[in-house]
Amino acid sequence: MNALASLFAALMNLPERPMRWAQGRLSGGRLGWVFVAPNLAVFAVFTFLPIAIDLHYALTGGTNLLPAERPFVGGDNFASLLDCSNHFDASSCRRDLFWYGIWNTLRFVVFQVGLMLVFSLLTAIVLNSKIIGRGFFRAVFFYPVLLSPVVVALIWKWILQREGILNAGFIGAGITPVNWLLHGNWAFFWSVFVSIWAHMGFYTLILLAGLQAIPAEIHEAAAMDATPPWRHFQRITLPLLMPSVLVVFVLGLIRAVQIFDEVYVLTGGGPGTATTFIVQYIYKTGFADQVRQYGLAAAASLLLAGVLLVLTLIQLRGMKRG
Amino acid sequence: MIRATALAASVLAMGFAAATAQAGEIRIACYSDGNECESTEVLAARFMKDNADVKVTIDKMPFKAIQESLPVQLAAGQGPDIARTTDFGPVMKYMLDLTPYLKDPGYWEASFGPVLGWMRADAKDHGIYGLMTQLTISAPLVNKTLFDQAGVPVPKAGASWDDWATAVKKVQVATKIPAGMAWDRSGARFSGPAISMGAKFFAADGSPAVVDDGLKATAGRVVDWSKDGTFARDVWVAAGGGYRDAFDEFANGRVAVYLSGSWQLTRLEKQIGDGFEWVVGSAPCGVGGCTGMPGGAGFVAFKNSKNPKDVGRFLDFLASKPVYAEWMVMTSNVPAHTALQNENLPYKLSPAGIAAVQAFGTNAALLTPLAYRLQGDPMSRPIFNAVIDRVSQAMSGQITLDQAYARITADVSDAVAASKK
Amino acid sequence: MGRFLAATRGFGRWDWTDWAAHAYLVLGVLVMLGPVLWLGLSSLKSESGLLVFPPTLLPYEQASVAVEGRGNLKLFHVTAGEYAGHDLAEVRRLGLQSQLVDPAAPATLIRLPLDSRVPVTRLRAAWENYSGLFEQFDFLRYLWNSVFITAVATILTLLLNSMAAFALSKYRFAGREPVFLLMLATLMIPPTIVLVPNYLIAATLGLTNSPWGVIWPAVATPTGVFLLRQYMLTLPDELIEAARMDNASEWRIYWRIVLPLSAPALAVLAIFSVMWRWNEFLWPMVVLSRSESFTLPLALNAFQGELTTQWNFLLAMTMVTLIPVTVIFLALQRHITQGIASAGVK
Repeated sequence: MNALASLFAALMNLPERPMRWAQGRLSGGRLGWVFVAPNLAVFAVFTFLPIAIDLHYALTGGTNLLPAERPFVGGDNFASLLDCSNHFDASSCRRDLFWYGIWNTLRFVVFQVGLMLVFSLLTAIVLNSKIIGRGFFRAVFFYPVLLSPVVVALIWKWILQREGILNAGFIGAGITPVNWLLHGNWAFFWSVFVSIWAHMGFYTLILLAGLQAIPAEIHEAAAMDATPPWRHFQRITLPLLMPSVLVVFVLGLIRAVQIFDEVYVLTGGGPGTATTFIVQYIYKTGFADQVRQYGLAAAASLLLAGVLLVLTLIQLRGMKRG
Repeated sequence: MIRATALAASVLAMGFAAATAQAGEIRIACYSDGNECESTEVLAARFMKDNADVKVTIDKMPFKAIQESLPVQLAAGQGPDIARTTDFGPVMKYMLDLTPYLKDPGYWEASFGPVLGWMRADAKDHGIYGLMTQLTISAPLVNKTLFDQAGVPVPKAGASWDDWATAVKKVQVATKIPAGMAWDRSGARFSGPAISMGAKFFAADGSPAVVDDGLKATAGRVVDWSKDGTFARDVWVAAGGGYRDAFDEFANGRVAVYLSGSWQLTRLEKQIGDGFEWVVGSAPCGVGGCTGMPGGAGFVAFKNSKNPKDVGRFLDFLASKPVYAEWMVMTSNVPAHTALQNENLPYKLSPAGIAAVQAFGTNAALLTPLAYRLQGDPMSRPIFNAVIDRVSQAMSGQITLDQAYARITADVSDAVAASKK
Repeated sequence: MGRFLAATRGFGRWDWTDWAAHAYLVLGVLVMLGPVLWLGLSSLKSESGLLVFPPTLLPYEQASVAVEGRGNLKLFHVTAGEYAGHDLAEVRRLGLQSQLVDPAAPATLIRLPLDSRVPVTRLRAAWENYSGLFEQFDFLRYLWNSVFITAVATILTLLLNSMAAFALSKYRFAGREPVFLLMLATLMIPPTIVLVPNYLIAATLGLTNSPWGVIWPAVATPTGVFLLRQYMLTLPDELIEAARMDNASEWRIYWRIVLPLSAPALAVLAIFSVMWRWNEFLWPMVVLSRSESFTLPLALNAFQGELTTQWNFLLAMTMVTLIPVTVIFLALQRHITQGIASAGVK
């Protein structure tokens, strides 16, 4: 262990000399570039370059994987994705699954982000009140965050299957069992529920930190004024918590739009197309279907990225104003 | 300090060292539905004893890894020498014609003739690209105990699908099970009945023409059956896309008939045991014959291989009659080897299992040429997926059957167009 | 609602809001942990035990008995007729009839209708689900691959992300804002989208089938840069100025001052990185195709075929991948939750 530590220390001292050299040559803050460079280089190779290749895919057709061997098709891929006689009716679109994906994702984002905000806020408030065993409860709520999406999905698939424990409980209680993943609305409900289950703990902790950062004097002052609790929450706690809520909102939104693995393993996107989300469409089209249409998948990805960017810009603007 | 630095450098170098292929090394990407990879390992060990210059390594991986990553790996010039796959279409252009590397290509033609075509691009292609690791045959599996309880006789050879539907409906009502029969949610499974009911799948010029009266007759029946409990709707509706098996329905006695196939033998033995009496039925009939669907996975070789001669030697070894027979017994599979199909192999199965193997053999004789043709077409997967996904949508009520037909046609022609670019 | 909304402290007498809060938490524990525990219990059931409905809480299995001259036979309890109350062993089943023998007198065959017998069950954990999983492969090698990738990737992530965060929070240089926004923007790219181009790049660089093929693409995380930058912004600049006065090099300032002070945020990122790399499945599946380079999740999934799902192995496999993360979490739980809270977002 000691050897390892000294090895590590030696390694970390290595950059000292070249850095000193760079420091002598670069004036002002320009040394910052040197510190950013490694991270930026990895980003360039494994994030920006792939996006550039995706852009190339989007403008070319066929099933060939090598960028150089793909025929240029211009905007055909985008046009075919957007080809609908009625954009509000997915079944009228040429790429109906893409549009089912879009509408389902929108619906999912509204429910998932909204409900997750409510539940993580409620949990944070409860954890912040005078309770016994706060550390324990905090850990329990956080635990599912550590599980991989595949594991999360398998756990719930096992519970929700027709002959699962939930239905056994229902029968025991004299309630007719429900085939949870067979009905579109139930499958959708469970997609929302399971993704909240898996991610809520993280957001709860952020909100809890926000609550604890509110100075006790403020609460005490309000208590002296005998402000009713609800009004106290509305007028004092919530506004002070707003920065944390906003962070939770933005992160939650980005995650929700990207929903894929856990629902894909849980429902496979079904029944029918009830839980087919946009990333699943991209995955299927470009990676899982027998005839792989990389161009189509890439075009869909770029449309998705564009929408996300616009959403974020709107939020950033809102944040600056607020 | 210097020592520590050197140590660090060597640690890094170790990590970067690329895995390079040894001389005479063969890598096989393998997935199992039962013990296919393990049994191949046993045989490979024996092969290596006699051929010390060749090293066969079997990389066991999930089916998904082969299905999804293999085409990408091959396109980038990487990938294994041999892979076990069921889906030849996407990897066809990377496959290696083994003919020059085989001792006796004539033996391969004579023994595996009907299935070699599955790995070929078209009728003009005469290459030998791989070895089928088994022949699978889809057929109805019957819970005879349920039929007996209901006092309904199991439909005999020559009975139509409607006869079977009527029979299972009676059993379902009499024994109060949730559904009469279940089919795997699989385009291949669906195609057996469809061909039997007259579906042609291809136009005269050989291009896919999926929607015709035969297909409509089958899809219409399935959707109707799913409404009154004749057909287990859940299996098809509850999945979003692609394959889903209905084994649990059958193993739990929730259906009287299960359309699946010969690859289930080991599971039937292990999981049902003597839970109830099960038999393999004779493929139901229609205007197009009494056919199930053939299928199976194959070990295919790739052009990227640096040791094509050794690949040929190893596959020659596996394909030789005694070894292949032993392999089939080890995996409880039906051989794709035509001469072995007529022999009674010493399977290590219960009497019910042995009877089942024989029944699958009888069904194999009923397979129609169209069934072989469809299974081997490069477009078969897109066709299968379009059919089950769209018919399932119709079953769930999301779209009408007519919309489903239009979508099937559009999906397939889209795939055809994309693959031609 | 009452007092806990106002977050007043102090342990007086419990009123209904306290009861409500605790009831909520207990319910939460059930919902959060119950499913995992149920999975754990189920993973100890045999293949046929898993099919039993309604499911039993504990793993039961049908008892069998060795009968002279007939081998191992399954035991049934007879519920009706002449032999009611006896435990008999079944020889075979024919249609609706069962042929049984009394284990004590195996010579006489007894015929009974199927519905007059129920299986005799006993408690037994099917450890073979786990041992079967491990017998199939070289567990230690896959464990080592996973540990190596997780550890190296986490160290590199911490190093690269903290360097970038240091620059983005403590230097003023032209392009600082665009660089930060550019990195943040990649948060919006679902990894699935760049799978295929990334493979082409990895193949070109010769990274396939090497642990580095999993490590490099993963180390520049936007989340990490963001988290660390936000934390470092809160560190007082005076500390750095003071060090500069002492003629410390910029690297030394980063490595000896800023990094140690950012420990809580680094701890959080470390945990997340460990969790991401340990659980990663899709990318390793694409980039690693030789079994000697497989990670644990990849190897554990190798039993998943095309046509069959073996739930008993699937459940055991899930438990195996879940255990290390759980153990680390139990050991570090206080640091993690407090770390996130303190590093949270300020």
